Amino acid sequence: MSTEADVDPGTAAARATAAILRDTLHGDARGVVVDSPPGAGKSTLVVRTALELAEAGRPLMVVAQTNAQVDDLVLRLAEKSPELPVGRLHSSDADPYDKALDDLPNVRKSAKAGDLAGLPVVISTAAKWAHVKVDEPWRHAIVDEAYQMRSDGLLAVAGLFERALFVGDPGQLDPFAIVGSEQWAGLSYDPSASAVTTLLAHNPDLPQHRLPVSWRLPASAARLVSDAFYPYTRFRSGTGHGDRHLSFAVPSDGSGPDRVIDEAAASGWGLLELPARHTPRTDPEAVRAVATVVRRLLDRGGAATSERSPEPAPLTADRVAVGTAHRDQAAAVRAALAELGVRDVTVDTANRLQGREFDVTVVLHPLSGRPDATAFHLETGRLCVLASRHRHACIVVCRAGVGDLLDDYPSTEPVQLGTLVKFPDGWEANHAVLAHLGEHRVAWKP
Amino acid sequence: MSLIATLSRLEAVTTGRAQPLATVRHRHLSERPLVFVPLTTAGEAGAPLGALVGTDRDAPRLLVVPQPRDRDLRFAFLAELADVVLPYVDSHADAVEAAERTETDPETGKRVKVEVELCADAPQIVVPSRAGVEFVRLLGRSMRFRRTAEQDPEAPHPAPPRVPLLGRWLTHYGERARVPGSSLLLALTEVLGRHWATGQSTLEDQHLGALLAWIDPPAGTSGAEAALRAELARDEQGQLLCPPAGPATDPAFDNKLLAPAIERYDRARTALAAAEDGLEADTRLGILTAAEREVRELVLSRTRPTWDAVWRGLDLLRELPEGAHVEERWTRDRWSFTGHRDRVLAGEPPQPRRDDAVTAANKLATREREQARLDAQEALDDPLVMAGRRLAGEAFAGEVTEVVMAYSEGKRPSPRPLVTVRTDDRPHLGERAKVYRSLGGKPQSAECVGVDTDDGLVVLRVLDKMGRGKEPEPGSVPEKGDRVCFTLFEHEQRGGAKLPDPEQTPWTHGGPPGEPVPEAADPLTQEDVL
Repeated sequence: MSTEADVDPGTAAARATAAILRDTLHGDARGVVVDSPPGAGKSTLVVRTALELAEAGRPLMVVAQTNAQVDDLVLRLAEKSPELPVGRLHSSDADPYDKALDDLPNVRKSAKAGDLAGLPVVISTAAKWAHVKVDEPWRHAIVDEAYQMRSDGLLAVAGLFERALFVGDPGQLDPFAIVGSEQWAGLSYDPSASAVTTLLAHNPDLPQHRLPVSWRLPASAARLVSDAFYPYTRFRSGTGHGDRHLSFAVPSDGSGPDRVIDEAAASGWGLLELPARHTPRTDPEAVRAVATVVRRLLDRGGAATSERSPEPAPLTADRVAVGTAHRDQAAAVRAALAELGVRDVTVDTANRLQGREFDVTVVLHPLSGRPDATAFHLETGRLCVLASRHRHACIVVCRAGVGDLLDDYPSTEPVQLGTLVKFPDGWEANHAVLAHLGEHRVAWKP
Repeated sequence: MSLIATLSRLEAVTTGRAQPLATVRHRHLSERPLVFVPLTTAGEAGAPLGALVGTDRDAPRLLVVPQPRDRDLRFAFLAELADVVLPYVDSHADAVEAAERTETDPETGKRVKVEVELCADAPQIVVPSRAGVEFVRLLGRSMRFRRTAEQDPEAPHPAPPRVPLLGRWLTHYGERARVPGSSLLLALTEVLGRHWATGQSTLEDQHLGALLAWIDPPAGTSGAEAALRAELARDEQGQLLCPPAGPATDPAFDNKLLAPAIERYDRARTALAAAEDGLEADTRLGILTAAEREVRELVLSRTRPTWDAVWRGLDLLRELPEGAHVEERWTRDRWSFTGHRDRVLAGEPPQPRRDDAVTAANKLATREREQARLDAQEALDDPLVMAGRRLAGEAFAGEVTEVVMAYSEGKRPSPRPLVTVRTDDRPHLGERAKVYRSLGGKPQSAECVGVDTDDGLVVLRVLDKMGRGKEPEPGSVPEKGDRVCFTLFEHEQRGGAKLPDPEQTPWTHGGPPGEPVPEAADPLTQEDVL
């Protein structure tokens, strides 16, 4: 058999998918785990598996983590197979689901699982499923974003199904608890660990698969993200270096923001570096720099060419996102953008950007301007999410001196006996990304 | 650290005095707490050196282990500790009030109300610092699996009768201390740190002497000077003037004073054992008694200042009025105490060494819920805490400038008045974000309809608590000119989903743990028989 590198990306991905479907539909293991790097077609896989299971007449429940993810899956399922009856189990709050679901004739929505009994596919969040009681468990389940699900969340729903496909991205943010949970560190069922960690600790023989190709990340980014965050489970991009192109109708005015935009358009990465300084979290200068870059991105008439269509697509506000580490930073950027008259650009924290995709992202570096590097800011997943949301280019805004800061603050988290040490650690990943960004550095000049 | 806490700390630095972080007391303080000031031996985990313990600030009980590595002496210490702590615990176990609890009827599976006892008050243990809480936990762990001669006649070194029971209680208290907002076992530095911001780091705040120096410096000195003195000042023998609150002791004390004293005690004991006649034994017993008294004096000299500091700290806290929700949280502490009392009475085995999957998940869920509840209640009870949340964009206060009546669509229109609030705060409000205000102690919810940041105007649509009629009940809708405070966080926590019973642990978590087997006693180790 040929190795992955020899075959073209499409074939490699198809092979992986075929193996996953074989294990899920015809295997005898109670669980199948699929690791999916950013943009590797996880949702496509979930939808395809759901359809095949439905076709085989096997009742299926799908567990996702947020209502937005659930609604997104329902819409994708309906798009692929409008005839398939799908149940959307929702909470009894006001506006529990996306109104777009009301236009789908074959999607039944209810707050009671009993109303949806007998439908081939029922989809809901883990939190809602946890309240469901059944006499007869579902024969199949798909657990989406399983690495972002906490072990105790899985404990609450695992009694509902006989067997399950667990899909997720191990490189993104780990689930967290708002209180200390050290007392259970090292236990195989540590309730604050990820669902997959617990699952594999108790069932080490489950088949594990990996999607080998990222269709989202451009060739310029796949290599770095793979090296920095997935050094032992590498992946590659589905497109080559020449397949995507970002151009701007308005030429650069020579300012820092314009030069970093051009650098990012050409190379996929740009680092806009502000002078070193210790700042509050909502660093006004950095926030303004982020807002200015976004403003210029939209003003300069960007056009994105990709394998999706031969015609260049205009770079509009909904194709641009800003990522930050903290919510107050996101709020500050939103306010700065509003001042510059920019609307409809998504501005959010890494946690909330998980699973989303844009053409260009502008990132306020989590360590920018900080006097210290805490475990929160060093968390591998945070940087990984921020650096892997884009199809064309990623521009990072940062104060100088982060490299020194990293050297001053090696990670000092206590090592807990019995826990799996995750590699790479955030410190190393941060250095790797920073080194690469250093090659695309532009100094701030208004 | 929140922005307001940072600002308070900066203010403490400039003024030289700790600044209040709260206007009310957010933890319950018992009328008669049991204060426990333990010391431990350097180099060996869980080898107590001594303690001051008791409920009377003028008459603490001094317990000392003159040779901390001697297991018999350690057991004697623990037995004495049990003689102080357990009667204190028992004195709360009998006064009960009738209460109701919903339980699942095992036959019908329905939720039914049952009459149960709830202890009218619960024992409260106060230790100087967080390390003291850890030490309570460690003592509990080291005792609860011991076997007494009665439980196991074969045990080579049986524990004194009440020691395992003390271990179970200390374990319960140590575990309860992990629940946010609980007050059964308090670390004084934590409670003081909740109510005052000092001009030093939170790490330095764990030094009780330094913390008190900032909060209440001696006349004529600044908090910073007094704190520095508390941390570093030494006498001519090189001993700290203010001994650390422990349980760890100062190395200079260990090396210069304690080690020689213990060695003298050891020598006297060996000499006594080697005495050849009664007269010689009498003399040597005298020497041994003197050597023991010397160790006792040393331990007293290092615990008494902390003992007094703890009571002083409690005095400072008592000056603050109790927060409105403190009583409610203390009731949950009383439930916790009553529950453990019942488990002990029912003859249940000690708490297992490790939680099973379901217990661990339930505990984590409870603590997360309590944390969220505590955060909300502290803000509702205390305008200063609320100010911090407002500064963080998680709440806003202001004046109602306009109320426009509106109604929901549908067959039976309900009132959905639009309320405009002018505020100087900058809440992180998104379109249709839910906000809550306290209306007679119950949360009333509203949704954000629009925000005008330039003029500081927020338009809200009130959603509930207006009665069933077409017109809202009087007083249920804010009126023009009212001062209102809305929060972006919920005031009450929903109960989480019910987890499976432990015997139904799913395959993903290792399956059912099987029949519970009684945990074996802790095996003897080399260290035990020194």
